[in-house]
Amino acid sequence: MYFLKRLAFAIPLLLVISALAFGLMRLVPGGPFDRERAPASPEIERNQKAKYHLDEPLWKQYARYLRDLAHGDFGVSLKYRNHTVNDIIAQGLPVSMLLGGLAFCFAMGVGLPVGFFTAARRGGWPDHLGSFLAMLAVCVPGLVIAPLLILIFSIKLKLLPVALWDSPWHMILPVIALGLYFAGKVARLTREGMLHAMQSEFVTAARAKGLGENRLLFKHAFRIAVLPVVSYSGPMLADLLTGSFIVENIFQIPGIGVFLVNSVTNRDYTMMLGLSLLYAVLLIGLNLLVDFAYTWLDPRVKYE
Amino acid sequence: MTLFKRARRFCSRARFSLPGCGLLLAGLLLSGCARHEPPADITIINAAEPESLDPAIITGQPELRVVQGLFEGLTRLDPKTARAIPGMAERWKISPDGLVYTFHLRTNLVWSTGEPITADDVVYSWIRALNPATASDYAGQLYYLKNAENFNTGKIKDPSLVGVRALDPFTVRAELNHPTAFFLDLCAFPTLYIVPRQTIEKYGDHWLMVRPLPSNGPYELVTWRLNDKIRLKKNPRYWDATNTQSEIIDLLPVGSAITSLNLYQSGQADVVWDKNLVPVDLLDVLLKRPDFHTFDFLATYFVRLNVTHKPFDDPRVRRALALAVDKERIVKKITRAGERTTSHLVPDGTANYSSTTGLDYNPELAKKLLAEAGYPGGKGFPRFNYVFDAAVGGASQLHENVAIELQQMWRDTLGIEMELRPMEWKTYLGAQAHLDYDTTRSSWVGDYNDPMTFLGMFTSEDGNNRTGWKNKNYDTLIQAANEQPDLAARAKIFQQAETLLVRDEVPVIPLFFYVGINYFDTNKIAGIYPNILDIHPLQTIKRIKN
Repeated sequence: MYFLKRLAFAIPLLLVISALAFGLMRLVPGGPFDRERAPASPEIERNQKAKYHLDEPLWKQYARYLRDLAHGDFGVSLKYRNHTVNDIIAQGLPVSMLLGGLAFCFAMGVGLPVGFFTAARRGGWPDHLGSFLAMLAVCVPGLVIAPLLILIFSIKLKLLPVALWDSPWHMILPVIALGLYFAGKVARLTREGMLHAMQSEFVTAARAKGLGENRLLFKHAFRIAVLPVVSYSGPMLADLLTGSFIVENIFQIPGIGVFLVNSVTNRDYTMMLGLSLLYAVLLIGLNLLVDFAYTWLDPRVKYE
Repeated sequence: MTLFKRARRFCSRARFSLPGCGLLLAGLLLSGCARHEPPADITIINAAEPESLDPAIITGQPELRVVQGLFEGLTRLDPKTARAIPGMAERWKISPDGLVYTFHLRTNLVWSTGEPITADDVVYSWIRALNPATASDYAGQLYYLKNAENFNTGKIKDPSLVGVRALDPFTVRAELNHPTAFFLDLCAFPTLYIVPRQTIEKYGDHWLMVRPLPSNGPYELVTWRLNDKIRLKKNPRYWDATNTQSEIIDLLPVGSAITSLNLYQSGQADVVWDKNLVPVDLLDVLLKRPDFHTFDFLATYFVRLNVTHKPFDDPRVRRALALAVDKERIVKKITRAGERTTSHLVPDGTANYSSTTGLDYNPELAKKLLAEAGYPGGKGFPRFNYVFDAAVGGASQLHENVAIELQQMWRDTLGIEMELRPMEWKTYLGAQAHLDYDTTRSSWVGDYNDPMTFLGMFTSEDGNNRTGWKNKNYDTLIQAANEQPDLAARAKIFQQAETLLVRDEVPVIPLFFYVGINYFDTNKIAGIYPNILDIHPLQTIKRIKN
């Protein structure tokens, strides 16, 4: 019931987002057809604007956009004039999702065990080492990590390709570059969660009843410890999707992040609107999924 | 920890890791199956992703380099000299007054999909570029034809009044408004390329998505994946297919200079041919290598002065500013790629012309002129701004560094204060267009090999003027030059105009001529020749086999 309400609320939310994005975009000076070389006559610019309905009053353009949107048509890109925004999303989104998905798996696959292990061996050298590495991963930005990885693994050791996205070997460095920050975050969250869970009453009770340490840690404490990580998954997935721009730029990966950022400089209105809406849909959907996972994991949590 | 405990731990953690690993594996497998293409003969890094492959609407260099492989016009450019040589037309006749061109097409021309190409296709293509509905940025390239501008601006609606006609299936006649020395060069420009009417009439704006895409150039389009790769393969039906050197060419749209260099060094790319793809910080080291080639380029870097803002309305002030710039210092310290300093606007080596000199570095004269204008030692001179486009890193750092040098020079020599005003790209364009600046950095790349492409823009009504400078004498000179069929006399008139521009009135201060840079190993790749237009036809490029 709660989730159905959330879904219903999403539609007006997206409408507001589209109106805001549309309005903000038009406030920015400059247009999609401004170039260094002025066209030979002002009629040329007028023809261009007319072709893409940019000479109509704003409300009319917005209404036209919404009508096309209802048919699933995001419009033609004003920069890549032979491609529709739908084309570009169809080409780029799977790539970004794969990159983001793999980075998510990497972050979880590395972060959870490290966090768990540092909490289980608290105070000892594994804890200090693990915590330090996690801190490093969080503090060093992807902009630094990516070239470093390329320098070591591609240029010096010649083990992996330097850029592009042609084979599974090409994916390793970008996934690590993107996922390392989140792995560090997840590790720290898991560790805190574990430490907190190990103090809680039900763990003390179970220990008093004679339950083995390992079973205690895994089956009971871990399930509660992982809750902060699950809540963080929502914003994490959002960050992975939007933050892929830097990694995509350095490794020349044909994902969607580059299009979103460049569409602002290009004043590519349809692209900006289309991709903003896409991201909004993804974020709303992912956050909903995360909240759902939360109820499944922790039976104490109930939504009104 | 015992093995048993380890196994138990793994199984418990499986709730999260197992589905995670499953996803990973599935993803890897899926994408592993995705692409198994044969490698290309040549891989070229082409800077930006082309905005379009429609010859009628493209304006930029990266687009031009791809489109040149797919389509062709009546003439094409010689790879060594970049002058016009026969393309779709095998010969032509020019009337003595220079106003009528009669082109004779080759009789065996076909599209890559088999349809014949005739004179009607030429007329169709040129009219299409002029049609207001096509919204072509560069329709102005065709304005030299009779009534072309009227048709494009909507003053006349009947395309048959435009000065291009098919006399018979293999003869095209073009009628011009006035003698145009560079008209044959224009015929090799993408806006005048011949496009497949049968496909465009059927598919409209989506014609470039059709596969196989009909092409009349040396190559056909195989794949076009945005921000990923454009693959071209040899078109066996091209009239000169026997001379096409490579079978498959890949063009990669890589935006980052460092990534380009890495791809080149690791052997994943053979050629990198855009000046912006050379990491600026490594310039000194890279230019010493034999595989880095620099060449003179038809482009000028200059400063625009807004003559509608006081005190820049006084030519003495403008001349003082020009005389106070030590251009040698800028190219030696900032740009460092071997650029040639200049006191005139039209690059040396431009066809049909040789420039006169403008104002060279002369700080004493600069001080004297400023004093004459009423600001001795810079006293009373208002604080003014220098607008330039700033971007994160890369070649745009150059503009800021040049700005700082200019600020220093003008302060030291003239005692005037300049304020740096960096702007985002389109905001910068807007500031120039609306004359919302005092001084601004500018550059201009020639469209064709003739001084008109540089000098024409400073006539009073030209949209590219952007200085507010309106001079009747200059307009008259440019018009007279354009009506002059004799090349030598024409050059003399242009010289007078340029002298007025860069020595007397000085609404612009030319700084240096650009240098093009590309890199490839000359022991491995042949067929790329340095020329002033930086145009390298794809069909001549080949890998040297030993």
